[in-house]
Amino acid sequence: MSYRRLRAVFIKELHHITRDPLSLGMALAVPVMMLVLFGYALSLDVDQIPALIYDQSKTEASRDLIQQFQASRYFEIIGFVGDYAAIERGIDTGKALMGVVIPLDYSRNAGLGGNAPVQILLDGSDSNTASIALGYAESVTQAYSLELRSQMQNRRAGGSSNSNAAAAPPVQAQTRVWYNSSLESKNYVVPGLIAVILQIIAALLTSLTIAREWEMGTMEQILSTPLRPAEMVLGKMFAYFVVGLADSVIAVLVGVFIFQVPLRGSLPLLAFSTCIFLFGALFWGIFISAAARNQLQAYQMGLLSSFLPAFLLSGFIYSIETMPKPIQAITYLVPSRYFVTILKDVFLKGVGVQVVAGELGLLSLYATLVFLFATRKLNQKVA
Amino acid sequence: MTALPQPSFSAALIPLPTSIIAASQDSAACQDLWGRLFNLRPIVNRPAAREPLCGAANPSCSRLSAGSLCAPPTQLLPWTAVKITDLVKTFGSFIAVDHVSLEVSKGEIFGFLGPNGAGKSTTIRVLCGLLTPTSGSASVNGFDVATQPEEIRRTIGYMSQKFSLYDDLTVEENIDFFTGMYGVPRERRAERKDYVLRMANITERRKALTRTLSGGWKQRLALGCAILHQPAVLFLDEPTSGVDPIARASFWELIREMAAAGHTIFVSTHYMDEAENCGRIALMYSGKVIALGPPADLKRDMGLPTMEDVFVAMIEAEERKAAA
Repeated sequence: MSYRRLRAVFIKELHHITRDPLSLGMALAVPVMMLVLFGYALSLDVDQIPALIYDQSKTEASRDLIQQFQASRYFEIIGFVGDYAAIERGIDTGKALMGVVIPLDYSRNAGLGGNAPVQILLDGSDSNTASIALGYAESVTQAYSLELRSQMQNRRAGGSSNSNAAAAPPVQAQTRVWYNSSLESKNYVVPGLIAVILQIIAALLTSLTIAREWEMGTMEQILSTPLRPAEMVLGKMFAYFVVGLADSVIAVLVGVFIFQVPLRGSLPLLAFSTCIFLFGALFWGIFISAAARNQLQAYQMGLLSSFLPAFLLSGFIYSIETMPKPIQAITYLVPSRYFVTILKDVFLKGVGVQVVAGELGLLSLYATLVFLFATRKLNQKVA
Repeated sequence: MTALPQPSFSAALIPLPTSIIAASQDSAACQDLWGRLFNLRPIVNRPAAREPLCGAANPSCSRLSAGSLCAPPTQLLPWTAVKITDLVKTFGSFIAVDHVSLEVSKGEIFGFLGPNGAGKSTTIRVLCGLLTPTSGSASVNGFDVATQPEEIRRTIGYMSQKFSLYDDLTVEENIDFFTGMYGVPRERRAERKDYVLRMANITERRKALTRTLSGGWKQRLALGCAILHQPAVLFLDEPTSGVDPIARASFWELIREMAAAGHTIFVSTHYMDEAENCGRIALMYSGKVIALGPPADLKRDMGLPTMEDVFVAMIEAEERKAAA
């Protein structure tokens, strides 16, 4: 390994990068665009669900229940209707996601303290939103029925002043959400998104670098020099590492200042793990470039092999635990899986290096292996 | 070949610039002298290789031709520069190089002639360690191409058929890159860069992007980048294709100067007139060497006036043989 040759390749690649301001601008702007776009679009928060109310009962009790829905920030009552057809129309046209039907005998049932069923109609074509809406609707109705029950018990107890404790439901969960106390999905999505975007950008940055040299004929020239594959791979990698690092800094700044994601962990740990991850991702691009020897093919392979696994199998948005076992096994081969974990841990939990040491080790192993593959692929023969 | 007239003999022994300039100024008249010079190789090149180096040690070396003479190969290597024995290279069922054997001595300009697809480039790539021979063996500077490609890469310069400098780098940046690749010692870098800039006559455009240069300049710059480390053997694969006749002539002038400085030149071309610049040539046709020798000998043996005629006659004979 010659430091001089490595440095010569590094400097040459930096010249290529700076001579192509359009590509460089894209490389720096695209991550911001992706982050902003996905960061807002991938919101998993469900609130202000448009709902239609069909109140057949029209009593004090039913108005009380409607009041509960109105008070919740999760629902927005967009209208009161007089028949089922109107609810159907509302859901069909997409104006409403939910219909609440309060039956005629609601008031009587509620007054008896027995079951007082209420019908919830949901647009199940978006099953995720529908199930979340259902959960909210159930919690609203249950909370209300508990309240009704305790009111009745109070009345039966003759209004004794110190019976409040007895009147409370027997089991009550006192929930506290850690790390993302407001349960905002951006806090969960953005750190993972940074990992996914860096994976894609890094692989694309380097995926053209060797294929271009093959196409231009310069590869043959430098293969005839004493340059060794490892020197070429490292020299190129470090040049694009500069760009990748700039992208990382930009992505973290956007996450912290635009999306207001809390950064609780240590900055050095974040920086260190980002470097390790970038090494692997950049080597991967070089490996593809060396294998393809053709810029178009290298670009497509780079995009596919980084985007799909990072997006679907890294656990950044689709939980790995709920995947089928064989797919779960595959996710262990996806490096962004480990980086997503690290970023979420460092951003939200503020954990130290001892917690993410395993992930860091695996990322280092991945980077080393891909480096060796890339070096081997550049075996200094033209055919 | 055996009995040489005394004048050219001494011309070869006295400091070389004189004879080289004569050769380059009137190449037609000097062809014969060239042929003899190459046969004189052992005598010509030994002193040339020991010439003092240019630069600080020898400030009088400022002219181009003198500059190249001041830059003999730095490596001490065996007398036979290239030795090919029964070399075969196949791609699938296609036989690109078919049992080729030849030897090139140090300081020779060896021409590789033949139509496109004759196997010239493949042979050169094998010699540069870019392709592995299918069978047979080849060595460059005493190193085997199959087992010692690393050693070979340190002692050769290669200019591929396709123009292969970086278009988006400046002239200087290209030179600096290859200086790094070849590991030119720190104290010699400035001098070598200066030499290449002067040789390619490009000093004023050193800050220009390479893509803005014309073909002839690019060619000379590519040649300059391939000789930054003063390689013992220089492989040039169709270096003059796509270059105008004037640029071609001056390019050959450079090549002759380098050979005179002790570099071995292994050059392929499909321009028959360029064969006259070579000490010896090998005619290649569909993977085989069909003729080998100094151009003058080949013309005399065939009784034909130009290399083109020789070439056409040889190929026609081959085709008749193949048809029969």
